[in-house]
Amino acid sequence: MNSINSTIPGDATMPEKAPLAVEDPVTEERRETVEIEEGKTVGIPFSDNPKFALRNVEVSYGDTRAIRNISLDIARNEVIAFIGPSGCGKSTFLRCLNRMNDSIDTCRVKGSLMLDGDDIYDPRRDVVELRARVGMVFQKPNPFPKSIYENVAYGPRIHGLANRKSDLDEIVESSLRKAGLWDEVKDRLDATATGMSGGQQQRLCIARAIAVSPEVILMDEPCSALDPIATAKVEELIAEMSESYTIVIVTHSMQQAARVSHRTAYFHLGHLVEVNETNKVFTAPEHELTESYITGRFG
Amino acid sequence: MSNSSSQVEIVRQSLRRRYRKERRFRMYGIAAIAVALLSLFILFADIIGKGYTGFLKTTVTLEVELDGDTMYLEDPTNPDEIAMADFTAPIIAALQTHFPEAEGSAANRELARLVGSYAASDIRDLLEANPDLLGTIQTMEFLAHDTVSVYVKHADNPRYTVRLSERQQQWVDELMEKGVIETGFNDILFSKGDSREPANAGILSAIVGSLLTMFVTLVISFPVGVAAAVYLEEFAPQNRLTDFIEVNINNLAAVPSIIFGLLGLAVFIGLFGMPRSVPVVGGLVLALMTVPTIIISSRAAIKSVPPSIREAAEGIGASRMQVVLHHVVPLAMPGMLTGSIIGMAQALGETAPLLLIGMVAFIVDVPDGLFDAATVLPVQIYLWASSAEQGFIELASAGIMVLLTFMISMNALAIWLRKRLERRW
Repeated sequence: MNSINSTIPGDATMPEKAPLAVEDPVTEERRETVEIEEGKTVGIPFSDNPKFALRNVEVSYGDTRAIRNISLDIARNEVIAFIGPSGCGKSTFLRCLNRMNDSIDTCRVKGSLMLDGDDIYDPRRDVVELRARVGMVFQKPNPFPKSIYENVAYGPRIHGLANRKSDLDEIVESSLRKAGLWDEVKDRLDATATGMSGGQQQRLCIARAIAVSPEVILMDEPCSALDPIATAKVEELIAEMSESYTIVIVTHSMQQAARVSHRTAYFHLGHLVEVNETNKVFTAPEHELTESYITGRFG
Repeated sequence: MSNSSSQVEIVRQSLRRRYRKERRFRMYGIAAIAVALLSLFILFADIIGKGYTGFLKTTVTLEVELDGDTMYLEDPTNPDEIAMADFTAPIIAALQTHFPEAEGSAANRELARLVGSYAASDIRDLLEANPDLLGTIQTMEFLAHDTVSVYVKHADNPRYTVRLSERQQQWVDELMEKGVIETGFNDILFSKGDSREPANAGILSAIVGSLLTMFVTLVISFPVGVAAAVYLEEFAPQNRLTDFIEVNINNLAAVPSIIFGLLGLAVFIGLFGMPRSVPVVGGLVLALMTVPTIIISSRAAIKSVPPSIREAAEGIGASRMQVVLHHVVPLAMPGMLTGSIIGMAQALGETAPLLLIGMVAFIVDVPDGLFDAATVLPVQIYLWASSAEQGFIELASAGIMVLLTFMISMNALAIWLRKRLERRW
């Protein structure tokens, strides 16, 4: 570890270069030492059995390029973690996967984004159907201000997944069970969801996402607003769910990435720098930037 | 060390100054609220103190002998005889039983003026309806003459002039002692329309007119306002045109109401040929005035719906329409309702635009429907306040109280609705 520590940016032995125009001083210093080659990702970004096949993805907000030429496969039933400093584009990239960026007028997405061989950004594609297949859990728990039951039942109801009340009851129960929430709330399904604790609310949001039987669940920093115990519960849940779903999780906690994911992708200033087996990323990162990021946090 | 201790001293001194400032600021606030409450209290005390008599009526109860000879009436079923008969005579006769000394035509005239001018027609109506009562003695309650009413209620008030002769004043005093002249709750105020005579004038037709007008206003402005707000917030593209529309809506909310009245006169009456003085046109004009208010408050309510809720719904695949109808609009509803009710309360108190479209008419009958000539509460108050008879002063005050009651109930309704709808989530 000592040898890694000595390469921490800001070290007096670093040669001085002209600073680039980047707002984050730590990142700025790191960038001085390493050149990123656009479109080049080290590690194993591709898969034989991809759920998502993403090629040469570019995302820009107006004139700002948020994602620069990223190619990545997300395998079936894998848990992949996106890590990287704030503003590196990992959330933006995540939101491309179910077109949550659509509502932002200035957002432009280029490149080929395939879900099971179908283009996500095909203009003829129905976003509603896409989102039923690719569910999402957000950073802040955002249950509807309705009852617990209604929160879970809403998705199946609008998609017409249950014709009878008993079917709906069943979906609600199984979703809450899968989210590990059933025993806690089965006696108060009619209570309002906003009265639950933060951790329960987030698991309810996961149950809500599961209820429409998606194939993929996108999680955007799902534990950043939770305490360690609630976080542990959600992580446990992610491990269980990985058997039946493909999960993409954005996280700021590297321990979390290490605990829950199979592969980890490191993003830097809109570039996808490195994708690799999670334990490889955290023990022997191939790219210098990945290394300084993870050691900077640990060191 | 000395440096840090002097810093502490500086901080301490500045703290003292800060607290003083804070206290002073709090005092300003309390003073402002006190002034507001005091003015409100003075306003209410003044209105209620001067106007409560508007809720009282003065009556004269008499044993009237319906004698055919004194009335020159033999057959009450004959319309010609009814038209020619003298129904004042039995009233004078009944009053003369209290004051046998009052004789002669001058005294008779003065006696007759103790009761209101509708007293004779009360007897006529009674006989027309029940011809059998001719020749019997009936106990009847008449409204006192306006001047008697003023004397009874306001004898000590220098703002009123007593228009009774010395002799009449004596009679009234005596009759009050005997309990013949009494004051009671003015049910006429709430059961009749306007009248030339204050004692016989009521506010019911204005209340009904106001309700009909408000109904039209609500039915038009609420859906239009909410739909426009939802479209502008949720669906409209952000471009020059929508910016232009937004600026214009904000400007419309500030346009003086009389301009809307002129617009209504020119468009609804002039162009579309709608009738004057009717609640439909009044409601349309007030709706034009209320729509901008509703749009602005509804847009604010929609904007305040947290984006996380929208994302949550979109994230599980709700369509744009479902997001709006299932989540955004229900969450924004309390705010929309509050804005709408406040807009409606404003419209309820509006007078100027209605004057222009002719809702300032003298309306005796309670309007039957949306196309029946009507007036509204504030216009009725305006009419009474500008009338010559003294009795209308207190009626105007009573009308103001009725209008304020309506306003306060509407605002209370807005608060209640907001509380209730918010609790549901």
